[in-house]
Amino acid sequence: MIWTLARRELHSMFLSPLAWSILAVIQLIMAMIFLTGFQQYYEVQAQLAMLETPPGVSEVVIGNLFQSTAFFLLLVIPLITMRIISGERRNRTLPLLFSAPVSMTEIVLGKFFGVVAFLAIMLAMLTLMPLSILFAGSIDFGMLASVLLGTFLLISAFAAAGVFISTLTREPVVAAVSTFGFLLFLWIIDFVAASSTMESDAELLRYISLLQHFDAMARGVFRSSDVIFYLLFIVTFLVLSIRRLDNDRLQH
Amino acid sequence: MSSDTLISVSHLSRFYGPICAVNDISFELKRGEVLGFLGPNGAGKSTTMQVLTGNLAPTAGAVSICGMDLLDRPKDAKAEIGYLPEQPPLYTEFTVDEYLRFCARLNRIRREGVDAAVARARERCGLGDVGRRLIANLSKGYQQRVGIAQAVIHSPSVVVLDEPTVGLDPIQIREIRKLIRELGEEHGVILSTHILPEVTMTCDHVQIINQGELVFNDSIENLTRKMDTDSFVLGCRRMPPTDTLAGIAGVTGVDAIDADHVRVHHAPDDNPAEAVAARAVKEDWGLFELSPERKSLEQIFVELTSMEHPADDTEEEAA
Repeated sequence: MIWTLARRELHSMFLSPLAWSILAVIQLIMAMIFLTGFQQYYEVQAQLAMLETPPGVSEVVIGNLFQSTAFFLLLVIPLITMRIISGERRNRTLPLLFSAPVSMTEIVLGKFFGVVAFLAIMLAMLTLMPLSILFAGSIDFGMLASVLLGTFLLISAFAAAGVFISTLTREPVVAAVSTFGFLLFLWIIDFVAASSTMESDAELLRYISLLQHFDAMARGVFRSSDVIFYLLFIVTFLVLSIRRLDNDRLQH
Repeated sequence: MSSDTLISVSHLSRFYGPICAVNDISFELKRGEVLGFLGPNGAGKSTTMQVLTGNLAPTAGAVSICGMDLLDRPKDAKAEIGYLPEQPPLYTEFTVDEYLRFCARLNRIRREGVDAAVARARERCGLGDVGRRLIANLSKGYQQRVGIAQAVIHSPSVVVLDEPTVGLDPIQIREIRKLIRELGEEHGVILSTHILPEVTMTCDHVQIINQGELVFNDSIENLTRKMDTDSFVLGCRRMPPTDTLAGIAGVTGVDAIDADHVRVHHAPDDNPAEAVAARAVKEDWGLFELSPERKSLEQIFVELTSMEHPADDTEEEAA
């Protein structure tokens, strides 16, 4: 049942020009960043070689590529998740789901996995770029796996927050703006931490920053605590979404 | 509970904050019955339907569908219900077939059965040749039919239709009414409307709801009986004097309408029409019209729904 709902969500996305234009734009921009990064690496390769442990092409180019991707998706994901629930509320199609034999959990999970499937397609297309290095040389697959997992978890977390904010309103645009603000807040919170004088405050702020947990993975450092952080983040927002939708039936 | 009782609602109430939308309603729906839900705007029709279909939780009371409680076993109960809300819940970017296929899967129809279910629903709702068209490009009437097809795709025991004929042209309304009658043969149907003749045309059973309370709950026959009144119009070429008419047994009063017509009043259970006709023939009044007057459904509706206010006042005074 979750699969049916997720498939419809994905199908709807590809029926609108939004999904196609997002895929096209991100592919274009990331290709530019990838090529520029590659060019820069090529130029400084000679100097780098003199270092004791020179950074490889994977570390420099791939890490940089997916960090840019993550930031770009911070801007884009609110646009994808905005209509997830609020759009249905606006078009009054929610009764179709509510009066069908499915639970709220299935509805929310179905919608969330629909978005995640779309993001996975996008990520798969972007991964083709680092893989193209294989024609000319070798890449660090462990590093690539770590950064892919990190990016995937990060953007899934974005999507979970977006789905929740979308349940709060019937205006997709309001949902998009709020989601964007919320994600940006969680992203830059460690700038605040850097200027904080209290060490314990700084520690906490740094911990809840989405960026901190991602940076390590983007450098190829895999820590299970980071993975658990993202999973908890996702579960929290999905549970909140389910509660919020359930509340729809109780009160108006 | 007999197996033919599809829906049983007991002491259902629903509040929106301090506002009471539905107050202590109880009723039942049996297989093969079309139940009409009548009421002015804001009477609580839609709220009741939303509660029946699990879109709203009741504040108090219980709803059971085919013997399954809607709150205890929501999935099993909802599988037996098809619901068309006031505004059909359509994904307009889909084609009719894609949309119906999704609805079929959503209502737990097995993958092998989906095509057959879609074809059947399309055929029943007269959507034969629009399967591959985008829902967004269909006319309002066709969109409404897609909405109904969505509600009946899994052959539910109960079909709940909220104002199914709103915004349709007269021909479409006739077709949809015919469809509702057909649905009523196999399923139980509940439909809400504020178009009164629609109820007499399509329903077996009528419930009138006003300010959240059931004010009338009876079969169509009893409603029609209620509509029979205590007068008929008599038209004669050579009208006899009123005294002659008043003298006929059973006639309680005579009012002149114009030169050729009079209104004859009588007791509700003692209709002197036969005697009047016999007399007219015998005395050659030139009888050309004798038509019983009926209260229109509108009048009954107004009587029932406006009756509440004085009753409330006296209760308050008594208290």
